[in-house]
Amino acid sequence: MPDYDNIRQQHDMGGLDKGPVAPSEHEIVLWEKQVEATMRLLSMREDKIVTVDELRRGIEELPPELYDTIGYYERWIMSLSNILVEKGVLGRAELDARVRDLEAGA
Amino acid sequence: MSAPPFRPRFGPGDAVTVSARFPTGRRHLRTPFYIRGKTGAVERVCGAYRNPEELAFGTYDGARLPLYRVRFDQAHVWDDYAGNPADTIDIEIYETWLEPAAAGDDSNAA
Amino acid sequence: MPHDAPEHAPGHAHDHDHAAIEADEPQGYYQHLAAATRSLLIEKGVFSAGDMRAMIEKIDERSPAVGARIVARAWTDPDFRERLLAQGKKTMKEEMDIDPVVADIVVVENTADVHNVVVCTLCSCYPVFILGRPPDWYKSYAYRSRTVRDPRGVLREFGTEIDPGREVRVHDSTADMRYLVLPMQPEGTEGWPEEKLAVIVTRDTMVGVAEAQAAG
Repeated sequence: MPDYDNIRQQHDMGGLDKGPVAPSEHEIVLWEKQVEATMRLLSMREDKIVTVDELRRGIEELPPELYDTIGYYERWIMSLSNILVEKGVLGRAELDARVRDLEAGA
Repeated sequence: MSAPPFRPRFGPGDAVTVSARFPTGRRHLRTPFYIRGKTGAVERVCGAYRNPEELAFGTYDGARLPLYRVRFDQAHVWDDYAGNPADTIDIEIYETWLEPAAAGDDSNAA
Repeated sequence: MPHDAPEHAPGHAHDHDHAAIEADEPQGYYQHLAAATRSLLIEKGVFSAGDMRAMIEKIDERSPAVGARIVARAWTDPDFRERLLAQGKKTMKEEMDIDPVVADIVVVENTADVHNVVVCTLCSCYPVFILGRPPDWYKSYAYRSRTVRDPRGVLREFGTEIDPGREVRVHDSTADMRYLVLPMQPEGTEGWPEEKLAVIVTRDTMVGVAEAQAAG
């Protein structure tokens, strides 16, 4: 008998009960649009640099405590940046350095 | 180089059972947990698409797989289903996850 | 190591109201990560700032009004409707010059006997290029988890009561297809011109959580 609790991934939630549906809407903000557009620019070209499948796999690999607490486009950018590093498109060191520069300038 | 001919194993109306496989480790699966092991009927053949289990790990040129829409009776999927017994659910499933339903298994949707 | 999450990535609780977020709020870690990723890709020549602007514009111009035009056409033109139900993408592309930018669109028709509703339990797949970006509730864990098992209960939370004798058909959008629900045309709107009909076709009716109303 498989250990269902261990093999069911966090994102695979069909049939669970995660509460009532809140009819929430929010106007997407600029940085979220930029994340969405970054992903589409990478996936919608002939020589795909990142596929939607890779983006999703990267989201599914986020630690459960992060998956459950950060926002939708926050999950996207975590996954996308990890995938770009994994594939050697970006270096982890240069990415971290750029983030630190931006934080220092904020 | 020409693509191999498209020969889907199943056609509309065929009774199929979703593999009761539970892979672990690094993976990207499009067959939801709740439908594994369930039996339904092919609603349509969607065409041939690359395997997301490969695409998710950077293999972009793998073989294309037949993709189906399979219809299941909700009362079969959920033991405690509370709605109309005629309610159904349609799910896209790649051929590698489907087997012919065992003879006599009539739990598939009409 | 399955992932590469830097230690300073905060897993903050989402106790703030998303509606209150303004573009000029103080930038947090994820905004910086997004800006760093984007700027490095531009510097490396993967794409340009102009490409970014054009892509945002391309997505911004898509909204439920696109899908509503398709539905209104299907309500007024039975031959078009048959072709749309048989071949969604091909029909909307060739006959209305609407490119859904996906492998195919499966159009599912509501009738007196069947009500269709769409969900993506594994992530939040949605036909962005015919309905615009998905609403937050479509991406919520509540909608993703419960719609497959208790569709009538979820629909009730949207104020939509489906007759117990009518079949509810859920579509779990797990793979390459995207879905458009063709709602039933409300009584009393027969003979309306397409433009007038399109106004009463809302986003929620095309996802299947609501039924079209003559009042709009």
